[in-house]
Amino acid sequence: MSIIEINNVSKTFDAKKSNIHALQNITLSVEEGEIFGVIGLSGAGKSTLVRCMNLLEKPTEGEVIVDGKNLVALPAKELRLMRREIGMIFQHFNLLMQRNVLDNVCFPMEIAGVRKREAREKAKKYLDIVGLSEKAKAYPVQLSGGQKQRVAIARTLASNPRIILCDEATSALDPQTTGTILSLLKQINKDYGITVVVITHEMRVVEEICDRVAVLDHGKLAEIGPVKEVFDNPKTNAAKSLLLERKIRELEDVADGI
Amino acid sequence: MEFKDMFKMLADGTWDTLYMVLISTLLGYVVGLPLGVLLTITDVDGISPNKVVYKILDVIINVTRSIPFLILLILIMPFTKLVVGKSYGTTATIVPLTIAAAPLIARMVESSLKEVDKGVIEAAFSMGASGFTIIRKVLVTEARTSLLVGVTIALGTILGYSAMAGVIGGGGLGDIAIRYGYYRYETGIMIVTVAVLVILMQILQWAGMLLSKKIDKRRGK
Repeated sequence: MSIIEINNVSKTFDAKKSNIHALQNITLSVEEGEIFGVIGLSGAGKSTLVRCMNLLEKPTEGEVIVDGKNLVALPAKELRLMRREIGMIFQHFNLLMQRNVLDNVCFPMEIAGVRKREAREKAKKYLDIVGLSEKAKAYPVQLSGGQKQRVAIARTLASNPRIILCDEATSALDPQTTGTILSLLKQINKDYGITVVVITHEMRVVEEICDRVAVLDHGKLAEIGPVKEVFDNPKTNAAKSLLLERKIRELEDVADGI
Repeated sequence: MEFKDMFKMLADGTWDTLYMVLISTLLGYVVGLPLGVLLTITDVDGISPNKVVYKILDVIINVTRSIPFLILLILIMPFTKLVVGKSYGTTATIVPLTIAAAPLIARMVESSLKEVDKGVIEAAFSMGASGFTIIRKVLVTEARTSLLVGVTIALGTILGYSAMAGVIGGGGLGDIAIRYGYYRYETGIMIVTVAVLVILMQILQWAGMLLSKKIDKRRGK
């Protein structure tokens, strides 16, 4: 069953000189329990697309159906309730800098009106899942990038989401830390059955954890399918150019070795 | 004048000054804080942009801030009399001081709140927070260090204004400085009074900065 359905979504930003068509007639669906990747070069509309999935960005046209409900048509209050089921993590982590780690994880529960003591107990459990129990009293400024992203993941888990959206979640991290964050996401997907949508410009991220991938190109859906299929047999120029870029990087690495 | 009398006069003057400054800054925040929040959220990149509201507030605040304090003091005397019952003395001075403080405070609150990372606000929205929750738990809380620096600046500015109110019999240290130092040529008393004002300002600044550093969790320990 599809947990997210994007039906004919277009998003146009009004700009002074000419309008920017960030997304044009995108139709795709994300299945429950899968890890779905969206890849494309910068400016392809990936971030806009993922922001349409929780309506941080309102589509100019089309429907966004999450768990059977069309978000575009929901009243503000119900939309806020729906958003609690859709967690999101960001490239720059976006933690509250004046709160310690534990209180950051408590934040979504505070919004949902969970009692403080209960929230703290739960927050400790989520910190344990991401392996940061000993940092509960630390402030974000004292953490490394990878640790901050773990806190952000614990924070999304705190609202008990059915979906986690990742907006370039590993792009600010070094390759090794990227690996640990990706395996954490994969583990969460497996253990809790949470659907994960990953937006990235890195092939590696898609290859490592995604089941299916969509390739975006200049606001249009270029290709969609199982990762292996798309990468082994790219049909469009957009997908080919992404693969080519990886090839060049690999060759560069080889050249460096020599 | 005997030393004892002078001491009493200065002590009373200091108390009057503190009373005026603290009360008017407090009232200034009662008006200025919501205004600053409104400016922040209604601006183009705020959480609920509204050009009309922003523009109206913007103009009102600019106009009020442009009026020199001494002129404001005299201009609103009838209003002051209406509110307090008389147009001179410490309590009466609170009215013009508050009117001068509010727009200044609104601007400082606006600039503090605009420092808050847009990404954090977006994250809060993604968790299903309402606009009101974001104002309370993200904007104001995350900007608290900067807001406290603003309080320090506001207190300092109002302290300076309160001394000016001495010209129209506003009470406090400024009043003493003008009556003795300017009208009666008692330079000694004037210098001592100004010295007390300097000390007050120093203490204020020092305490404000110390406190704002203490509550700032963005610096590593």
